[in-house]
Amino acid sequence: MTRAIDAGLVTCTECASVWPRGQGTCGRCGNALQSRHTRSLQRVWAFWLTGLLCYVPANLSPMLVTSTLTGTSANTIVGGAVEIAKHGDIGIAAIVLGASVAIPVAKFLAIAYLAVSVQRGSARSPAARLHLYEAVEFIGRWSMIDVFVVAILSALVQLSVVASIRPGPAALTFALSVIFTMLSARSFDTRLIWDEHNRKT
Amino acid sequence: MGQGGNIGDTAQLIGCPVCDELHQLSRPDEGHRALCRCCGTVLITSRDRAGINILALSVAVMVLVIAATIFPFLSIDAAGIANRVSLWDVATSFRSGLLVLVSVATVLLIVLVPLMRTALLVYVIAPLEFDRPPLPRARGAFRTAQALRPWAMTEVFSIGCAVALVKVSDLAHLEFGPAFWMFSVLSLIVVVADRYLCSWSIWTALEEAEPT
Ligand SMILES: [Zn+2]
Ligand SMILES: [Zn+2]
Repeated sequence: MTRAIDAGLVTCTECASVWPRGQGTCGRCGNALQSRHTRSLQRVWAFWLTGLLCYVPANLSPMLVTSTLTGTSANTIVGGAVEIAKHGDIGIAAIVLGASVAIPVAKFLAIAYLAVSVQRGSARSPAARLHLYEAVEFIGRWSMIDVFVVAILSALVQLSVVASIRPGPAALTFALSVIFTMLSARSFDTRLIWDEHNRKT
Repeated sequence: MGQGGNIGDTAQLIGCPVCDELHQLSRPDEGHRALCRCCGTVLITSRDRAGINILALSVAVMVLVIAATIFPFLSIDAAGIANRVSLWDVATSFRSGLLVLVSVATVLLIVLVPLMRTALLVYVIAPLEFDRPPLPRARGAFRTAQALRPWAMTEVFSIGCAVALVKVSDLAHLEFGPAFWMFSVLSLIVVVADRYLCSWSIWTALEEAEPT
């Protein structure tokens, strides 16, 4: 097994071609060549923290404001799920809680673990950590579902006095938190996992 | 992929972008994939008709996004009052104050980015497919298309529609318009088209068509 870094070479992360160390841009695709994204971890933590700072108010302020004939109610993410559960739809309440609470929290923990693991070392195999990273990358975009649902409901449910739905401020902070966690995950240079692993062995 | 132990000509090597492992370059047989022996990442997908398939699917995506943006998407009625909206109405539904930013983001994620990405792919792949020299700045265009990939959220939005349907069901009667079905088909196409796209093959084709 030979890695590009050990052979004095650099792999282009865009087109997978290989170049001598020190070359600035890839001769095949024009991408900037970097053996490792040097500021990778700083960027991961900066976006991670910004995402977390957006996620807290996203849970405290209302996501949806519903006005019906019987009155107006403003629901936070968790409040909305509790409301659905009270109606008896436990399954849907669980889906909402899973998508907007469990998944974002798990994402924050997973990214933090990956970043700490390459800084401090980890007993887990590189393959296991890569799977975790791929899961975070895959699931990241799906958290936007909640924002889209708010958009669909606010556009659609405009039935004068019978019922109307307006978006709350949490729609903005939640969308920002999803975008920043996606940026955080994408800043992570997966090659650092194997660097850390090879240092140990 | 062969052993990369003997490092000779770097043009005969392929590096894994995920784990940095080197491999001797060998194209897999038609219909097969070359995987990184260290981390299992797909390095090359070999499909003869990939280019023409991506072109066809990209054109379909553009037509469907535009159609879904214009035609009524969902309609609702409760107690005799009805409302119908297009994809554009949904994307621009955040109107007050700072929430306008969410509208901007939504328009980008479900309309503009998917359109831009498919347009860029057509721009890059069409000349290759018809044995013409690449168009100016084709490399930059393909890099941009690849960078936009995670931000085209067509299929996420279509699942959002399903969740909205459930949420609103006890409040009012909801119906799907023609554009909704177009959008559902579109989401499937996006997923299929992404499976055909092998970035290594496209970079190689660009290089062979116009050596630097
Ligand atoms: Zn390159
Ligand atoms: Zn690999």
